[in-house]
Amino acid sequence: MIVRILGEGQFKVDDAFAAELNQLDTDLEAAVEQGDEAAFAAALTRLLAQVHAQGAPLPPDILEPSELILPHEDSSMAEVRKLLTDEGLIPG
Amino acid sequence: MGVMKRVSLVFKAKANRALDKMEDPRETLDYSYQRQLELLTKVRRGVADVATSRKRVELQMNQLQQQANKLQDQARKALSMGRDDLAREALTRKSSAQSQLDELQAQYAQLQAEEEKLTVASQRLQAKVDAFRTRKETIKATYTAAEAQTRINEAFSGISEEMGDVGMAIQRAEDKTAQMQARAGAIDELMASGALDDVGGRRDDIQSELDMMSANSDVERELARLKGELTASAPKQIEGSGGAPNGDATAAQGYQAPQQSQGPYAPQYAPPQQPQQPQQPPQPPQPQQSQEAQEAQEAQPAGLPVADLPGLAGEPQDGDGS
Repeated sequence: MIVRILGEGQFKVDDAFAAELNQLDTDLEAAVEQGDEAAFAAALTRLLAQVHAQGAPLPPDILEPSELILPHEDSSMAEVRKLLTDEGLIPG
Repeated sequence: MGVMKRVSLVFKAKANRALDKMEDPRETLDYSYQRQLELLTKVRRGVADVATSRKRVELQMNQLQQQANKLQDQARKALSMGRDDLAREALTRKSSAQSQLDELQAQYAQLQAEEEKLTVASQRLQAKVDAFRTRKETIKATYTAAEAQTRINEAFSGISEEMGDVGMAIQRAEDKTAQMQARAGAIDELMASGALDDVGGRRDDIQSELDMMSANSDVERELARLKGELTASAPKQIEGSGGAPNGDATAAQGYQAPQQSQGPYAPQYAPPQQPQQPQQPPQPPQPQQSQEAQEAQEAQPAGLPVADLPGLAGEPQDGDGS
């Protein structure tokens, strides 16, 4: 499974870790919905750490879309909310 | 559905919309490639902008550091002169400069991180753009509508995700750079206003007061030295005159000389009287005056006004008397 961390590039993560990543992602989503900035930051940090630990950077000349895309490390909750909307942060 | 999946879907939706705009898939490839090249240019320019901004902040940080050091020295100097008030003022300004410096340092670190990320992102995008170009040519060469469509979609999705990512990275870097420039501009203004006295600034009142104090003490020292010289040399003259009576004839002649020179001195004192001549009655009217008056003037050059005075003084007296 290919995971992108915005601003860092793509990582190849073994599918075996999918469940674990999904759990962390659920935490992140809950924090965003509750508007809990501290919980959000903590969940994002854990999620990114996990991808860094288990993923291997994908060579830059591979043209593959990512299954999962993660906000960059110092994203604010407001930025992530915008990312989730179609009109949001993504240019184009 | 979690955050990661949703973000990924938003990226895909954007890519699909762009694809749908094109009638011929091969057009999509060429159009997309053009946009990739534009984006690459933009990223490289972004990296250069961030670097420029970083260098400016670096320069400003150096200035602030110098200023803080200078104010520290001034405080020390003021203290050594017993001027606690001036030392306190210098330290207050130093702490202001220091806090500006601290904030700038934090922002500088951010900017540096942003620059590094952007540089890496630009290299990544370059690699992807190269890969895309190769793929594009292959697809075009083996083009059969049905087969090509899926391959084009794959390639396009892959690159458009990267482009979206890099586009956001540039936006972030631009925002941070703008913030940084705003701060740098504000600090420039502060320095110009004298609140953070620029190094060698024209309005450095602490330095000028310190300079004045040390200049004053220099003057006092010079004064004391001169006084010392005078009091030291005065007894020597006395000693010299005291030695003359005991000395030979040359010493006695030496003493006569000044007495003789008193003759020449007298005419030398005359010139100061000459400037008074213009103050005498103006000469042009003289021809109009009668011969008698001229003769009277010649008879008593300086006496004329004096002679008039009793008369003039007498008039009021007469007036008082009547």
